[in-house]
Amino acid sequence: MPARLPQIVLVKKGFVMTSNHPKPHMDKAHLHGLLKQMLRIRRFEEKCAELYTQQQIRGFLHLYIGEEAVAVGIMQVLDPQDAVLSTYREHGHALARGLDMGKVMAELFGKVSGSSRGRGGSMHIFDSDKRFYGGNAIVAGALPLAVGLALADKMQGKKGITVCFFGEGAVAEGEFHESLNLAQLWQLPLLFVCENNGYAMGTALAISESQPHIFIKAQSYGMQAEAVNGMNVVDVEAAAARYCQAIRDGGGPHFLECNTYRFRGHSMFDSQLYRTSEEVQQWQGKGPIVQLQNWLHSNHALSSAELQQLELDVQQEIASAVDFAEQGEFEDESDLCLGLYGQGLL
Amino acid sequence: MKENTLSYRDAVHEAIAEAMRQDERVFLMGEDVGNYGGCYAVSKGLSAEFGPQRIMDTPLSESGFVGAGIGAAMGGMRPIVEIMTVNFSLLALDQIVNNAATLRHMSGGQIGVPLVIRMATGSGKQLAAQHSHSLENWYAHVPGIKVLAPATIADARYMLAMALADPDPVVLFEHVMLYNETAALPTPADCPDMHKAVVRKSGTQLSLITYGGSLGKALEAATLLQEQGLSVEVLDLRCLRPLDTASIFASVDKTKRLLVVDEGWRTGSLAAEICAAVAEHCFWSLDAPPQRICSVEVPIPYPRHLELAATPQVQQIVDLVLGLLGKQAGTK
Amino acid sequence: MKQLTMPSFGADMATGIIAQWKVQPGDKVQKGDIVASIDTMKGLIDMEVFDDGVINKLLAAEGEDIEVGQPIAQLTLADEPRSATEAPKHPQAPLGQKSISAPKDKHQSRNPSAPRVDLASDSDRFPEDNEVAGRRRISPAARQKAAELAIDWRQLQTGSGPQGAIVLDDIMTMAKASTGEAHYPEADSSQQMREAIAAVVSRSKRDIPHYYLQQDIQLDNALAWLAEYNQGRTMDERMLLSALLYCAIAKALPSFPQFNGFYLQGRYQAQELVHLGNAISLHGGGLMVAAIHHAQQLNPAQMMLKLRDQVLRAREGGLRMSEMQDATITVSNLGDRGTDSMQSIIFPPQVAIVALGRQRCVPWVVDEQVSIAHIVTVSLAADHRVSDGHAGARLLNKIDHLLQNPELLI
Repeated sequence: MPARLPQIVLVKKGFVMTSNHPKPHMDKAHLHGLLKQMLRIRRFEEKCAELYTQQQIRGFLHLYIGEEAVAVGIMQVLDPQDAVLSTYREHGHALARGLDMGKVMAELFGKVSGSSRGRGGSMHIFDSDKRFYGGNAIVAGALPLAVGLALADKMQGKKGITVCFFGEGAVAEGEFHESLNLAQLWQLPLLFVCENNGYAMGTALAISESQPHIFIKAQSYGMQAEAVNGMNVVDVEAAAARYCQAIRDGGGPHFLECNTYRFRGHSMFDSQLYRTSEEVQQWQGKGPIVQLQNWLHSNHALSSAELQQLELDVQQEIASAVDFAEQGEFEDESDLCLGLYGQGLL
Repeated sequence: MKENTLSYRDAVHEAIAEAMRQDERVFLMGEDVGNYGGCYAVSKGLSAEFGPQRIMDTPLSESGFVGAGIGAAMGGMRPIVEIMTVNFSLLALDQIVNNAATLRHMSGGQIGVPLVIRMATGSGKQLAAQHSHSLENWYAHVPGIKVLAPATIADARYMLAMALADPDPVVLFEHVMLYNETAALPTPADCPDMHKAVVRKSGTQLSLITYGGSLGKALEAATLLQEQGLSVEVLDLRCLRPLDTASIFASVDKTKRLLVVDEGWRTGSLAAEICAAVAEHCFWSLDAPPQRICSVEVPIPYPRHLELAATPQVQQIVDLVLGLLGKQAGTK
Repeated sequence: MKQLTMPSFGADMATGIIAQWKVQPGDKVQKGDIVASIDTMKGLIDMEVFDDGVINKLLAAEGEDIEVGQPIAQLTLADEPRSATEAPKHPQAPLGQKSISAPKDKHQSRNPSAPRVDLASDSDRFPEDNEVAGRRRISPAARQKAAELAIDWRQLQTGSGPQGAIVLDDIMTMAKASTGEAHYPEADSSQQMREAIAAVVSRSKRDIPHYYLQQDIQLDNALAWLAEYNQGRTMDERMLLSALLYCAIAKALPSFPQFNGFYLQGRYQAQELVHLGNAISLHGGGLMVAAIHHAQQLNPAQMMLKLRDQVLRAREGGLRMSEMQDATITVSNLGDRGTDSMQSIIFPPQVAIVALGRQRCVPWVVDEQVSIAHIVTVSLAADHRVSDGHAGARLLNKIDHLLQNPELLI
């Protein structure tokens, strides 16, 4: 299979499109929806940063700021019957998947009203009703699980697909390679989404991967794969739509590399010695929200009033979520061993 | 093989086949389980009956396919994942310890992993250091999974079904030296609930507590001791996590002496756990210090005589028991 | 008004240093602006402000090392009238109150759909009650001591140990009681002590066939040696005669094992080491015997130190258990009290006791001439089941010999 590098076409105003996909979905309502989804995540993460500095959220906090387009773009094309797995940088995926924001915030507060009874925290958000399976603190640890979930769907003749998000750091782990091989070998209904933000904690891609184009590695397994501009939510959605449809049509696993960038450190306690602030600013200039907002604005598809309303709605939702989290109780210590083992048949 | 007898190997084979006939969700996955018929010939012929979709040969990707087994269990199937031996399971420890063991509790009870992992374990075939580990204690250390060690043909035949019915991940150890053992055809009644330890031989003067491949040696030692007029009880643990401490304490309260036979290395062994628990609970009844016999702390060597010297043997067990009973050791 | 506090960037972070303020009082700020650069162990991290407003006041200086959560600046919020203290839009947690605190006592949080399954192993819990019903528990140490003292521990229904187990202390208590035997009475009350002594000496007189020997020993050589030793020494460094006497006894004993050991359960076991029991009388009455361990190895200076130290501690109640229990022979020194000699009572399971009278001046015949000598009467009471008079005499002679030649004691 020949390598298919995307042809990057630079358009004015920093709106970058790949030329390998059909025209993006340009309905105004839809685009407003995408913007709102990204704003929800952005403001939520900003709030988490604040709460973390005040020690209301503890442990590790990995913010998704800058990468919103990937989660939002891909979740657009998923159904309730599909399964989603993510990493420790999962707040965006959880919110985009439709988990209740209050429950997510309560989970970050460690309250029993949180999505995992407060036991998991930021890195281990689960919602079995939404088929959202975390939340994994081991880099690449969820990929084999994704293989298994897809295998189960296939064996049971179910129509769902499995989507597994991970960073480019996972590519170095053996589990990445094993999982891609198994998925392709068994032709599983699985979409691998590699969120390539250029840094695995403090290690730049250039010094950790001999082949820095991740999608090429997937192609070497015989898998359908390409790269997409992860800063452009429309591009991401379009690519996801194509790929997921192909998978649903029995086309086997697919691999999407989304080139993106995180504007904050790896986690809160990161002085970012490994990159320059100029580089960060440069990427912020072409961030997903900025891109979409500017495009909408210059196409007269978004007024200031409309934007203000979006922000207000988001603000209110976040305030309620924080409120819900603050009001929540902590799990009783005597329930520590509850739910260690199940009982009876599932 | 005589009529009306069954080998351990065939017992496991039958257990898998029966489970797969009864429940479509059950499938077997592992290296060489299909076309090769299984490293220990356990799954020979199953591929012909159930097809390659349900007897799945996997590539050499322990982490990958064990994780896939976990995911498949999460997704509604009832996989039996075969890891060729405990030695290779080390590659899958991340999936077992970080995912299988944690998911239910960490998700607040939302997600269960009804998975069975079978693996061969132990030494005795001169396979040298990297193929002779007994690491049951590592698994027994981890909350969130269950650990079984079927030592009899009856247990080999019927424990698997219990493990499959359990909603949590169960790791099942089959000692390599047991596969050729035979016994009379067992019935389900011969296999009590998987969480229970069973007294294989009743006695009054000392409790020999053991599991898996060491059961045979313990029973042999007990018989030799009986010929000398000594009454030794043999307790087969069967379930290593959770330990059936009630049965352990009951036995030791009765006999007042304890010798644990464990093929793992002494330091941090399962035997150490049992001795500690007995010291905590049976202290007032003890007439001798809790004792254990384990493998010598070296990588298990290849030549036969060294392999034997490194692992617990019947004569050593006999001598230790005699010592605990205040008798002269060295009597055959 | 809002307090800006030193932010936490991670659980490892306890304090931070303001490396540089990026704002001054009066500056307008917007949410997301960087107000300071914080120096942490991982390097410089920007601190952002989360509200729109105006910097009112800086409360900390650059270079100051500040605990996480402490106020470092004041911010007047944008939608806040300058004077009023309106509640802010988002309820801000007051400092410290909303940090993770102990869970409340309610059980509302229990999820009814998740049944409680407690498969935690029994190993976490101790047996609640007597699981070996009707059977008393006794520790191995107590059992051993009971055997040693020939005490019937079964007379005790219960003990002071965990789960009502009989432990060592219980055996020792039994030993003091009327049916039991005490080695050495405890120092807690004189009445108890009296009773304990009574029990011991009664038993001793009853069970041990005592025989008595005594010998007058000339001290002039010893005293001369002592005078020379003490020359130029301070009060604290001076040696007393008793040190020499004890040394002589201790060094003589190894040659006479039938006087240094224990008679238990019908058998005598000589002891290799000499742990000299020093009988110490206490203020307000009462007696204590404290062992001087390895006495045969001590020189007089060392012996002096031990004696001095022991008497002090005995009277303050600071003797160790080991000192009270394992003397192999007792020495009773009544010299101060002014008595010439004493027929003592042996403390079982020992088999001998040496009593020392007062140092006195007497007429003394040497080479058929009468002269003046300083002497002490050394009395020996011994267990006739183990030794006889002949051996006792030889022991006394040996002690005599050592005191005539004090340099042998070094």
